[in-house]
Amino acid sequence: MSDAPITPRGGPAQAFEVEDPLAVAARRRVRNYKRTVRAGQIGTFIVIVAGWQLLTHFKILDPFFAGSPWGIVLRLADWAVHGTAYGSLWLQIWVTMEEALLGFAAGVISGVVMGVLLGEIPLLADILGPYIKMVNALPRIVLGSIFVIWLGLGLPSKVMLAAVLVFFVVFFNAFQGVRSVDRNLVANARILGASRLQVVWHVVVPSATTWIIASLHVALGFSIIGAIVGEFLGAQKGLGLVIATAQNNFDTNGVFGAMLIIGLIAVSAEGLMSIAERRLLAWRPPAASETSQAGL
Amino acid sequence: MSVSTEDGIELTGVTKRFVTPTGSTMTAIRDVNLRVGAGRFCAVVGPTGCGKSTTLTLTAGLERASAGQVRVFGKPVDGITPNAGFVFQTDALMPWKSVLDNVALGPKFRGMATRDALAEARRWLGVVGLAGFEDHYPHQLSGGMRKRVSLAAALINKPRLLLMDEPFSALDVQTRAIMTNELLRLWEQTRPSVLFVTHDLEEAISMADLVVVMTAGPATVKAVYEIDLPRPRGAVQDIRFTPRFLELYRQIWESLREEVERTYALSAAATAQRAAS
Repeated sequence: MSDAPITPRGGPAQAFEVEDPLAVAARRRVRNYKRTVRAGQIGTFIVIVAGWQLLTHFKILDPFFAGSPWGIVLRLADWAVHGTAYGSLWLQIWVTMEEALLGFAAGVISGVVMGVLLGEIPLLADILGPYIKMVNALPRIVLGSIFVIWLGLGLPSKVMLAAVLVFFVVFFNAFQGVRSVDRNLVANARILGASRLQVVWHVVVPSATTWIIASLHVALGFSIIGAIVGEFLGAQKGLGLVIATAQNNFDTNGVFGAMLIIGLIAVSAEGLMSIAERRLLAWRPPAASETSQAGL
Repeated sequence: MSVSTEDGIELTGVTKRFVTPTGSTMTAIRDVNLRVGAGRFCAVVGPTGCGKSTTLTLTAGLERASAGQVRVFGKPVDGITPNAGFVFQTDALMPWKSVLDNVALGPKFRGMATRDALAEARRWLGVVGLAGFEDHYPHQLSGGMRKRVSLAAALINKPRLLLMDEPFSALDVQTRAIMTNELLRLWEQTRPSVLFVTHDLEEAISMADLVVVMTAGPATVKAVYEIDLPRPRGAVQDIRFTPRFLELYRQIWESLREEVERTYALSAAATAQRAAS
């Protein structure tokens, strides 16, 4: 064992590492730390939920205004079994997700295309720049009202609002990404014989991808906001409408219940996004960004 | 080797001015006259920031000359110079492409079928001693290995003109010596014309047929020295101790030193002025 050559992968070197008491201790420290974090997270959850339940149970907090965890569970179960005022709960969830996803797709595609176009053609960027900034400065939620007037109470007005919210986030990132492409890479590709389109496809777009993907996390949240707010402003189905109705009935548990569902949707979508991100950016060296994300 | 200078690089009265973001103009090079015959290895030395790299970007066709004419292989440069390869000071490898895909870019851009391009890239990785690293990403390689990839990527198009901008300056001394020998070996196989910008005079003399000394900025050609050391040069580490090398070194350094000192004095004065105001 002592004079086994140290090989880069597998073999004696690894066996040696396993028995190294220092490495074992270091691994144990990391494991223990992770366990502590997990225990702390579960503990926090229990304290908040149990505290909430107890406070409302003993009427220290008025359950009419504060709701209660058990009340939320009952409300969700009722929705799941008997459906909401607008049809089954699953239909409401599906409607909202459909609006958010369509809006997300439309916003991302148009944002990337416009970002790359304006990033590549400075003249266009200089001409359109002031107008884009003006529209961006508008509180975009008010556009929802226009879309309801134009497109009615159905799906298109929500998709439109979600798409507009997503568009600006993605557009500015794509634009910045294109602008900050390494000039050497572009020069190199040109000398190697690339046409303008080949430069965009092989150099500019992949290089801006890091920026674009960073914006997708925010954009995903915005697409859900767009769909929900759109439903608030006027709809016939969807979780936003369910919340609005619960609000009008002073059904606190109903509002919290719908919030919980939206939160679960957002978290799972975020998880899928992280997986996609890891696959798309597999070429990157393991950077500090991953660890900081794991921390938050 | 007798070659007509018509077929190489020819810069006649070339001046390049840039407009700075503040609106003023900056002259990078001024009235540069330079001829490098086909198949010759020309090293360009000069003080830092004097505009050596501008000579390269003009020859590559990445920029247009403000005045004067740049001709490569007898044709005036108009757009990207065809048949040229460029090796940059920093790596110009696409970090999101594997080593193999990076090297295959050149032939692909020139319309070769993907399969043939990959086969050709594989062969070139073998030539630069990186067989077995095809599927690595650039960030997984050392600086020296990345430089080999850059060389393969530039040479795969079989350029008749190779432009290099301080290609080895970011490498450590040992790796640099190895890469210098490697480059000479590759160059002697295909013999493209070379314009090699460096701030290292030893590197310049040990590799080149022709050493061009440029003045402090705005740069112009101060002197051109023929390097009559025999070829093949063999290991550049050994040639540095031959009497002829030392003689040439002393002669060219004498000329270069004045410019280096002038640049230093100018920048010191500028700093003092900034500190005073």
